[in-house]
Amino acid sequence: MLALDEILETIKMVQEENLDVRTITMGINIADCAADDARATARKIHTKITRAAANLVRVGNEIEREYGIPIVNKRVAVTPVSLVYQAESEEDYLVIAEALDRAAAAVGVNFIGGFTALVQKGFTPGEKTLVRTIPRALAATRRVCASVNVASTKAGINMDAVCLMGQIIKETALRTADRDGIGCAKLVVFANAPEDNPFMAGAFHGPGEPACVINVGVSGPGVVKNAIEKMPGADLGRLAETVKRVAFKVTRMGELVGRVAAERLGVPFGIVDISLAPTPAVGDSVAEILEAMGIERCGAPGTTAALALLNDAVKKGGAMASSYVGGLSGAFIPVSEDAGMVRAAAAGALSLEKLEAMTAVCSVGLDMIAIPGDTPAETIAAIIADEVAIGVVNQKTTAVRIIPAPGKKPGDYVEFGGLLGRAPVLPLNRYGARDFVRRGGRIPAPIQSLSN
Amino acid sequence: MGRSNRIIVTVLGKDRVGIIAGVAQVLAENNVNILDISQTILQEFLAMVLIADMSGSRVDLTTLKAQLDARGKELGVRIDAQHEDAFLYMHRV
Repeated sequence: MLALDEILETIKMVQEENLDVRTITMGINIADCAADDARATARKIHTKITRAAANLVRVGNEIEREYGIPIVNKRVAVTPVSLVYQAESEEDYLVIAEALDRAAAAVGVNFIGGFTALVQKGFTPGEKTLVRTIPRALAATRRVCASVNVASTKAGINMDAVCLMGQIIKETALRTADRDGIGCAKLVVFANAPEDNPFMAGAFHGPGEPACVINVGVSGPGVVKNAIEKMPGADLGRLAETVKRVAFKVTRMGELVGRVAAERLGVPFGIVDISLAPTPAVGDSVAEILEAMGIERCGAPGTTAALALLNDAVKKGGAMASSYVGGLSGAFIPVSEDAGMVRAAAAGALSLEKLEAMTAVCSVGLDMIAIPGDTPAETIAAIIADEVAIGVVNQKTTAVRIIPAPGKKPGDYVEFGGLLGRAPVLPLNRYGARDFVRRGGRIPAPIQSLSN
Repeated sequence: MGRSNRIIVTVLGKDRVGIIAGVAQVLAENNVNILDISQTILQEFLAMVLIADMSGSRVDLTTLKAQLDARGKELGVRIDAQHEDAFLYMHRV
């Protein structure tokens, strides 16, 4: 029988510490929707998604009520569109992006991922067209999320793609200039992109996945922070032990919700992504966890070590709690989506370079960072190159979701609202790497890739 | 999953006369059987946990929750009802 204090602990986690399941994401294979032309393909994609995900939101809400665990987002991820249809013109891909947007609206999800190309080793003509369509697609739709995998440990870094993404990110920001470049918040550049990531904006349904699957992303920074705050002066070994225990409990909730959702929707259960995902809500911050551990301001010396401890303890606790762990699974450090990160950036404690160092020990990369609008495309490409190099060499996923906010200077704020939050524009190193990124070509796979 | 029909009802709020009676009445009217009750007083606040079996219930959990919520408002306390698995999964392996 359950003890009273156990029941009250669960209630407190949900009611006071923002414990929630961040997302249940239905992955849908749409590879069979390819038709002779883009319009017919778009129609088939729309039909397939609206059929497969028809009950997703209803079932999610039902579970939320019955189990008393908030499920913040219900989302859909599809097969990378470039693998479904190789278009010759941008208009063709626009038609498909719009169909995805309409399908997402029809089933009631706020984001749909999969306007994606995997080009770590090179482009097909269709993939290049899809990537070039991204700025228009993200400006013309509200719910569609795009991602491009430009590097992997096995393939190396496609510097032509990195270079192109610098331009694409700039153009995406300009096309959504009236909303501070919000299009860039829906665009992720990856190294080693996972095929089963439930978190937006980088979710897509990888080619190795089954026809349809439910993946779950947990959350819980508030729960971890409160546990740490109760242990002033405790040594770091004990702190790690506590984080592990909390991560275990948080992940069990994700496992439960995922299994019930999969059963009720009649599709297989995929994975639980055991990431610590912050929101702009007070107390739901990864930066505040690090500060509770004794870092004066997130970004100060010691931040990387504290984050390494946190990330590792979350994984150890989470891995024991779920039968199938996957996706990104690590602490997220998005700036605009985390009130503590925003505070640290505004105070000058957190720089782009420190964020880059932090991504070497956690998930997932330079995330939701606003930079000056006049940053050259080559500098954005160089930032991407640095970040994916960390992923490629360390055999982990890294990503860049960066917003060159049109017309904004360091210290100005960008405002996205909702879960995307707000952030100060960070200053950048004033030197660039134009001649380096313009060389193009492919940086060879590192020696670590020769593991056979 | 879904094998058990047991729910956990939690009541949190300022203690007063008639809270247990009020909750029990809602459950009895819907033919929900109470299996166990435990409670504690933290300062002047009441924390009560009640485990109940819904196998014979005349209503589904969503409806029952709404009724309990309404009763909680009358009594000036917060009443939640959740499927037992939400707790079992977190605290038992």
